[in-house]
Amino acid sequence: MGFRIPQGWEAVIGLEVHVQLATRSKIFSGASTRFGAEPNTQACPVDLGLPGVLPVLNAEAVRMAVTFGLAVGAEIRPYSVFDRKNYFYPDLPKGYQISQLPHPIVGRGAITIEASGEAPRTIGITRAHLEEDAGKSIHDAYAGLTGIDLNRAGTPLLEVVSEPELRTPEEAGAYFRKLHSLVRHLKICDGNLAEGSMRCDANVSVRPAGETALGQRTEIKNVNSFRFLERAIEFEIERQIDVLEAGGAIEQQTLLYDPDSHETRPMRTKEYSEDYRYFPDPDLLPVHVSEAFIESVRSTMPELPDARRARYAAEFQLGDYDAAWLTQDPEVADYFEAAAASAGDAKLAANWVMGDLSAALNREELGIARSPISPSQLGDLIGRIRDETISGKIAKTVFEGLWAGEGEVDEIIAARGLTQVSDAGEIEAIIAGIVAENPDQVAQFRAGKEKVLGFFVGQVMKATQGKANPKQVNELLRKALAADTG
Amino acid sequence: MDPFASIGQHAARLRDGSYSSVELTRFFVDRAREHADLNAFICVDEEGALAAAEAADARLRAGTATALTGIPLAHKDIFCTRGTITSCASKMLENFVAPYDATVVERLNAAGAVTVGKANMDEFAMGSSNENSRFGPVRNPWDPGRVPGGSSGGSAAAVAAGLVPVASGTDTGGSIRQPSAFCGVSGIKPTYGRVSRYGMVAFASSLDQGGFLGRSAEDLALSLAFCAGADPRDSTCSEHVDEWLDGVAENGVGNLEGGLRIGLPREYFADLSTGSELLDAVAGFFESIGCSLEEVSLPHTSAAIPAYYIIAGAEASTNLSRYDGVRFGYRCENPGSLEDLYRRSRSEGFGAEVKRRILTGTYALSVGYYDAYYVKAQRLRRLIQRDFLEAFETVDMILAPTAPGVAFPLGELTHDPVAMYQQDIFTIPASLAGLPAMSLPCGFHQGLPIGVQLIGPHFAEKTLLQAGAAYQRETDWHTRHPEAG
Amino acid sequence: MASIEIAHLCRLAQLALTESEQAAALADLQRIIAMIDEMQAMDTDGVEPLAHPIESDQRLRPDTVSETVDRDHYQRGAPATRDGLYLVPRVVE
Repeated sequence: MGFRIPQGWEAVIGLEVHVQLATRSKIFSGASTRFGAEPNTQACPVDLGLPGVLPVLNAEAVRMAVTFGLAVGAEIRPYSVFDRKNYFYPDLPKGYQISQLPHPIVGRGAITIEASGEAPRTIGITRAHLEEDAGKSIHDAYAGLTGIDLNRAGTPLLEVVSEPELRTPEEAGAYFRKLHSLVRHLKICDGNLAEGSMRCDANVSVRPAGETALGQRTEIKNVNSFRFLERAIEFEIERQIDVLEAGGAIEQQTLLYDPDSHETRPMRTKEYSEDYRYFPDPDLLPVHVSEAFIESVRSTMPELPDARRARYAAEFQLGDYDAAWLTQDPEVADYFEAAAASAGDAKLAANWVMGDLSAALNREELGIARSPISPSQLGDLIGRIRDETISGKIAKTVFEGLWAGEGEVDEIIAARGLTQVSDAGEIEAIIAGIVAENPDQVAQFRAGKEKVLGFFVGQVMKATQGKANPKQVNELLRKALAADTG
Repeated sequence: MDPFASIGQHAARLRDGSYSSVELTRFFVDRAREHADLNAFICVDEEGALAAAEAADARLRAGTATALTGIPLAHKDIFCTRGTITSCASKMLENFVAPYDATVVERLNAAGAVTVGKANMDEFAMGSSNENSRFGPVRNPWDPGRVPGGSSGGSAAAVAAGLVPVASGTDTGGSIRQPSAFCGVSGIKPTYGRVSRYGMVAFASSLDQGGFLGRSAEDLALSLAFCAGADPRDSTCSEHVDEWLDGVAENGVGNLEGGLRIGLPREYFADLSTGSELLDAVAGFFESIGCSLEEVSLPHTSAAIPAYYIIAGAEASTNLSRYDGVRFGYRCENPGSLEDLYRRSRSEGFGAEVKRRILTGTYALSVGYYDAYYVKAQRLRRLIQRDFLEAFETVDMILAPTAPGVAFPLGELTHDPVAMYQQDIFTIPASLAGLPAMSLPCGFHQGLPIGVQLIGPHFAEKTLLQAGAAYQRETDWHTRHPEAG
Repeated sequence: MASIEIAHLCRLAQLALTESEQAAALADLQRIIAMIDEMQAMDTDGVEPLAHPIESDQRLRPDTVSETVDRDHYQRGAPATRDGLYLVPRVVE
């Protein structure tokens, strides 16, 4: 059974999601943002905070922030200002992070979420602002030492701050998933959670149901998985309720989630609790976003996931579950649309993508972009089912052949000799033999035991190695079994 | 060779073959060594200078020389120079070698200028006397018992003593103009954004501006012409186009337009005891060539020093956070923890004045004080700028003292930071307003040089430099030097 | 004038001053702040703060990778490195 907030309590959750923008170069320097390079080989003098170097803003980061703002129906601020957030930490090279506090580029907006089994809810987005990412600290490589890799330092982030309007861990998860889907559709983030492309901080508090004042909140830092986010919030809600029910008080603190123990624990470093001394960064000027620029972004906006989902229902007559499933990940949706076009049957394409293909990708832990079967190959496969060259069952064998890289659909069918037997004479001859060999089952069928038909179908399929056209086998069997009574 | 010749005179000799750039460079390198007691240089790079001079001689022979090709100069040690140490006169950067050239350095190198060495300065440009240097104080060539001013004191002393014809400097609150006045040389702080700050170690980003100290307004114009202009690596560097400046190397500074209206700010002259008669004489000169004089008021002048020390301190306090002993620069011995590494590296690496400014700025930005100090100072900054903009509705240029007095004896103000800060009273307002300002030698008081300051509207360097050149055509204060040769 | 918590400022600025240094710094700071507080008397009601002397818009850079990183060169003057990482005493999160 899933998590339930204990009777008499309500949780209040707000999320801050850090979205790494998929620019080629960093937000304030011309160094590459590519993930996984050798340590410090993508940290240029600006990223290292060497003396005398200066930040210059990446136009693409601004465009992506505006794209996001428009997608959530937010106000785009004509002027936004970069501030310095001051604290010392070894992976923060300048001793300050360039961020936006009082004047973010994106103002108030909203997104609609659906936690499973619940009615859709609109969650307010307070703001979204541009900032630079920090580097990485490596704590376990050397005894007594921490290593610093600044390749990530200066990667553009869009920090999306929600209103504290989420009420359950599931809603928080649904919100995070929705943002994930949205930024991937907008092509402003690769959405790779394992590589930290989206990281979430959760502000959590509880209060007695019906209470309107907010309880003391705690902040869970840096969660980069949907499931961990839900688990961490579940743990934190239970912990806070336990403290309050025992007569204690919640302390304002910053917590880390440990995915091994499923527990949150207070951070030991102090750098987050100090006075950040925000002030406008004098190395940067106010960022002006003109109406004309906003219009140009609006006019090149890709289709948003909600619109796409509605279109799938209307255009392909897909059920809402299927439409939602297919449109969550833009790459899946693109794949599906290509396969459906090639197959000429959206419903079948949806079934294959959601069924066999999804299962195989999950088994091999592959993203759909790395699927060994292309959309047109899947389309061809469906086409051969539709023209009755192969049966649906045989198609699964062909699918395996495609997955293994044995060639194109028709090559595999030919090489494996899988063409459906639809020659009535040939099937009739086989049926005649089987009927003759199984008088007991024939008698049972004639006595009204319909289930026995399945036995005969199985025998025919076995004799034809599954290649007989099942519809035809059914018809001919009934005819043969009925004929003798006549 | 004349150590006090102008850039133009050296350029002519280099072209007529009187001497080569290698000979001229060797001459100045030797002079720098002979005058080591002034402590004007943190380092003299003979090898690098001679290599650059050889390349310059080749350009001169090939006919691809510019007006600066082969001319020796010094860079304040705040400008990063690839491959040699850029220390900012701090223990923190004692061994720091930048992997890049500052834009100013890069552009002057491209013009063929020869860098003789790096000039001494106040640590991180924080100071008005050049006594805050890791490498010891610079001495004033007019009186070695006195300060040269600061923070570009090494640059000023080097030019005054004839160790280089021209030197780069930076000015945040007067750091080019005040030492120019104290050492009897000409110095210009251009409009904020005129010269790229890339590769110039930051003190206070919204105030810092690179410029030059030299023998004459003509030389300043020439030097500025080669390094001004937009830079894709500095967001705050202006894209302002100035055809006059672009043409200076070819056409010279040119003549001052007639009928210039000159403002004399009441607040700057009210309590001036030293050298006011010399300033009157400068004003009289301009009147004699057809300019009109007019008293103007800059009513928020008294707020300039407080506002400046908040804004500059705030910006400096975070600009200097990158000196943490992690990626470059000084690190303390055997740090026991990260905190220990930070605290001891910074405490041992920074000098007393730098720490004072960091603490002042940290205070001004901290929770509870931000609005009362930082925001208040920024509002005053606008009022101070507005004073100037209003004055420039009726006058074309402002004439004022550069400093309240002459160069003071070494050690006189080192124990009184507030008195030291008052030295900048006449230079800070133009810095806060981002205006171009220039100091020219205009006479002597008890044997020590006095400077006059000319302040113009944004991007009106042409007015200042033409006025300066007009003045220097008719007077010879700028040709005086502290020794016979 | 508001009180100055010198130890707190030192902590924020990551400066380690001995007690006598702190006392001296406090005395200096008190005088500096007293001088600065003269500005409090000036009326600034309704005046927009001025952050940059030349008020213009931020210039934008095209999104191209223009930097080639020479790590070994950049780390030549680094206090401590290993395997390309900068090293600091162990940090516990």
